Amino acid sequence: MANIPADLKYAKTHEWVRVSEDTATIGITDHAQHELTDVVFVELPKVGRQLKAGEACAVVESVKTASDIYSPVSGQVVEVNQAVVDNPALTNTEPYGGGWFFKVKLTQPAELNGLLAPAQYGAQIKDQ
Amino acid sequence: MAKRTPLFDIHRRLGGRLVEFGGWEMPVQYTSIMDEHQAVRTAAGLFDISHMGEVLVTGTAAEVFLNGMLTNDVRKLVTGHGQYTLMCNERGGVIDDLYVYRIADTEYLLIVNASRTDVDAAWLQQQLAGYPHNNFVGLHNLSAQTAAVAVQGPKVIEFIDQCFSGGSTGGLVAAKASALKKNQIAQFQFSGHPAWVGRTGYTGEDGFEVIAPAEAIGAIWTLLMKTGESHGLQPAGLGARDTLRTEVCYPLYGQELNEQTTPIEAGLGFFVAFDKGEFNGRTVLIQQKERGVAKKLVAFKMSDRSAPPRPHYPIWSSGERSAQIGEVASGTQSPSLGIGIGMGYVKTEFAKPQMPITIEIRGQRANAVVASKPLYRKPV
Repeated sequence: MANIPADLKYAKTHEWVRVSEDTATIGITDHAQHELTDVVFVELPKVGRQLKAGEACAVVESVKTASDIYSPVSGQVVEVNQAVVDNPALTNTEPYGGGWFFKVKLTQPAELNGLLAPAQYGAQIKDQ
Repeated sequence: MAKRTPLFDIHRRLGGRLVEFGGWEMPVQYTSIMDEHQAVRTAAGLFDISHMGEVLVTGTAAEVFLNGMLTNDVRKLVTGHGQYTLMCNERGGVIDDLYVYRIADTEYLLIVNASRTDVDAAWLQQQLAGYPHNNFVGLHNLSAQTAAVAVQGPKVIEFIDQCFSGGSTGGLVAAKASALKKNQIAQFQFSGHPAWVGRTGYTGEDGFEVIAPAEAIGAIWTLLMKTGESHGLQPAGLGARDTLRTEVCYPLYGQELNEQTTPIEAGLGFFVAFDKGEFNGRTVLIQQKERGVAKKLVAFKMSDRSAPPRPHYPIWSSGERSAQIGEVASGTQSPSLGIGIGMGYVKTEFAKPQMPITIEIRGQRANAVVASKPLYRKPV
């Protein structure tokens, strides 16, 4: 069973969001890393880039495929996780911890209300 | 609707992730590609290759007929021996690459690609119709009633004989399967079913391919797993099969090979026997060998950590006035080398080991270098 922490919000496209004041940390879910399998390369957005919710802004590559990662929220990229760039396997081993991707300063905090609650996300991946 | 092999239920039970490949629903992986790849390099892996086609060519004129169809020299095969070969059209384009085994004095077993089985059978049928001695050749597509597994890896030799007891009953005369040498084949009895065991594979490791009646393959799979488990044998999917073959630069039909590409361009001239007389494609191939070709297949390694190269990514020359010189045919992250690797066709002037090139990955250029084949060599 995929791990779906109760304190996070989720996008249909399998990203998670952790909000602290006006900043959101974003990564991909345990279910997503399991589906992608061995992640061998992660490409993250540049710090300073303005992202719109739903915009493709990162790429995760497994042995077999390249997958786009979408920002669940709008905002400016304020930090990216160099550790996951240097060690892409963190995406698999610590999807909610050391494998986080980037942080954005929220410009449309109301968008958070449109994200999925853990139970909703759990229901979505159960149907797949 | 994709076809299913007789091992389909076993794959599902093992949690295999199923994908469509060459018209078949096949497991791409069970645990992970990396994990299965490592198992094959260091211990053993078991692959379902039932999707591959089997064509039996028989008769007193089979040898001469096949020698006109295939690029390698079938006459070099004594009973119980096989060779890698190519089947070309008149333009020298590759219809398929395959293994041909001489399993009896006048019987040849062709192991062909899944996606090409129907094309091959139709081509051979059509060619046979125009062959003057066709009443001395029998052509039998056994693919529907035949299944196969490949058991590959350095530990296979330690348990293969526990699966096939007794001496051979066809092909090479052998007391046991482990007595076979590379490219040799013999028939062994398995619970009353004839099983052809050939010492070959598509991974760069020692190993065997077992070709058996569809109704026997489930029991063969199960027994191999049971005897091999304590030696580290694990099921392996097409994902690992692809990374393993790419590391040792074996071509995959549809990526490195197609009807518009010749064995000379693909660097497979070693498997073209020009001295054997007439065969399909010879005129074009001999011209290419003498005058050279415009493009050649090369292997390459990324110079730095990068996104893995993928099929169809453009290949550019390096340095100033850089121009596109070709395209990636196969590319992946190499689990053994920990870096991106691939093969691709480039303009011949760039087909030299150590030649710096760049691969265009999502609009950005990443440095790579042409490397000699194979890209991965077993540590000695």
